[in-house]
Amino acid sequence: MSHAIEVAQGPKVYGYIAEFEEAEQLVAAARKTAEAGYKDFDAFSPFPIHGLPEAMRFKDARVPWIIFFCGVIGAIVGYGLQYYVTVFDYPMNVGGRPNHSWVQYIPITFECTVLFAALGAVVGMFGLNGLPRPYHPVFEAKNFARASEDRFFLVIEATDGKFDAEGTRRFLESLGPAEVNLVEAEEV
Amino acid sequence: MAETLPRPHEEEPLIEGNQTYSSLTETVAGVVQRQKDHPKSWFVAFVLGFGLVNVLLLSITYLVYMGIGIWGNNQPVAWSFDIINFVWWIGIGHAGTLISAILLLMRQEWRTSINRFAEAMTIFAVMCAGMYPLLHTGRPWVAYWLLPYPNILAMWPQPRSPLVWDVFAVSTYMTVSILFWYTGLVPDLATLRDRVKNRFAKILAGMGSLGWRGSAKHWMRYEQAYIILAGLSTPLVLSVHTIVSFDFAVSILPGWQATIFPPYFVAGAVYAGFAMVLTFMIPMRRWYRIEHLVTMNHIDWMAKIMLTTGLIVFYGYIVEVFYAWYSANPYEQFMMWNRWHGPYAPAYWLLILCNGVIPQVLWSKKYRRNLKLVFAVSLVVSLGMWLERFIIIPVSLHRDFLPSSWGMYYPTVWDFAMFFGTIGFFVMMMFLFVRFIPMISIFEVRELWSRIRPRHADVKEVEA
Repeated sequence: MSHAIEVAQGPKVYGYIAEFEEAEQLVAAARKTAEAGYKDFDAFSPFPIHGLPEAMRFKDARVPWIIFFCGVIGAIVGYGLQYYVTVFDYPMNVGGRPNHSWVQYIPITFECTVLFAALGAVVGMFGLNGLPRPYHPVFEAKNFARASEDRFFLVIEATDGKFDAEGTRRFLESLGPAEVNLVEAEEV
Repeated sequence: MAETLPRPHEEEPLIEGNQTYSSLTETVAGVVQRQKDHPKSWFVAFVLGFGLVNVLLLSITYLVYMGIGIWGNNQPVAWSFDIINFVWWIGIGHAGTLISAILLLMRQEWRTSINRFAEAMTIFAVMCAGMYPLLHTGRPWVAYWLLPYPNILAMWPQPRSPLVWDVFAVSTYMTVSILFWYTGLVPDLATLRDRVKNRFAKILAGMGSLGWRGSAKHWMRYEQAYIILAGLSTPLVLSVHTIVSFDFAVSILPGWQATIFPPYFVAGAVYAGFAMVLTFMIPMRRWYRIEHLVTMNHIDWMAKIMLTTGLIVFYGYIVEVFYAWYSANPYEQFMMWNRWHGPYAPAYWLLILCNGVIPQVLWSKKYRRNLKLVFAVSLVVSLGMWLERFIIIPVSLHRDFLPSSWGMYYPTVWDFAMFFGTIGFFVMMMFLFVRFIPMISIFEVRELWSRIRPRHADVKEVEA
């Protein structure tokens, strides 16, 4: 149903994309975009750029917390496993040591802490990033293959309250990009 | 932050030549993209490795068929090549984690050119190491008994034993090494996905890259996770070799029961690992023309780390002699006398020569920059570190407290077949790795380049 309406109105818009040649230009552009009051925008670069998230006023400290809690769970699981085994399920007198010989539990507790925390880091990071996601509308943008090589992109998404096709386009052009292009939304 | 750090290597940059992001990408990704363009040496090394893998498979087959009686170890020397090689391989793997995690935390930017390679080495070395305890059980098909799980035997592993700690340490180390390596690889697989023409390769790289698109928000979380992974790996790598050394140090055998073992083993691991990185990196940088990324400075610094850890190891040898004398324990003293004058004395003196004497040439800057010499020294160190474990394990076991239980140990052809077989497996995996996976972390090289590149007028200033 909605398909017919889209055809009538032309392609659905995901946003506008501006292409830059230098990382510094992208940081400056991201700062101005945030200052202009845009919220739904994203920058793309072939390597992490320090200062870019700050310029975009983007904050997210969830990954370190996920890692921390996974580590705590790992420590509890590791220690609890050994406690359960040696005290309840399979107590065994080894050289007269107490069943709950906590000093000897430390290595396995430590290894489990690291294992859980590392799994939490990787799964949590990719999970919050919404990956794996093999398709995304920006992949269709012109030149976007070079975002993994030597080009820097800024996308303002159509979902933003301030977005209006002509105004946003002109705003992006004022940032001094090499090019500004339309990104079509994915057809559902 | 990084800009304020002193750069003693300013005159000799970490990335040489007039580069662009594209040219750096092309250098590294091109190795994977141009499959027909590999040097003949690749083929020779691969065939050599593959041949030895067949020897490994034969030896495993015969081992499983006959049992571990085909090896030379028996009472009183119950541990030998199986444990020597396990410790040797695990140690080699440790340089990878050191380079990727510890040098990252210390902001040693030169690690960027070698960390991917060293991490791959870690994974393959731990694979080689893992084979030995599994096969030494004699029944590798029930190796899962090592893991704690509720079972109808109503038995559990004994968590008071260092051997069970080993199971946890090595399996955690393997898992975390793979996670760390793969996380670092994702953005580079995205680069490959965007560059390769071959459809099959594109789909593979696309799946591996998980749809990575280089979003700034993603990069931020990525860096948070990556740096914390490095922070987790650093104590992990120390714990792994500490626990490996506990396998010995917790026993009462002279030559094993020594409190110096954990630091001495960790230093030895890094020593052997850097030797192995140099052994592979020196030919590889030439064959794949990446000398501008893995510069003479890199070789120089790796040689320096090798020299430093070698001195720590040598200090360990001296402390062992001191212990023997200072303990006033006749068994400890005999153990040292036996190392010096016993039937395996040539191995001990060869060890001192390989690990203590020859690496001292690396004090000279001129020699550290002589590739052939550094290559030769790193081979000597690998041999020396193998001999160290030989001295610790069979030589301590063959003459213990009671002379009536003394005996001799001789390795059999199957011991050697399996040892060279794992070396072949390692070589084969490394050469497959350089052919199909970017051997240098491309995005980290780009990131480094964005900070160290010369600022010419042609760099466009931000407008307005």
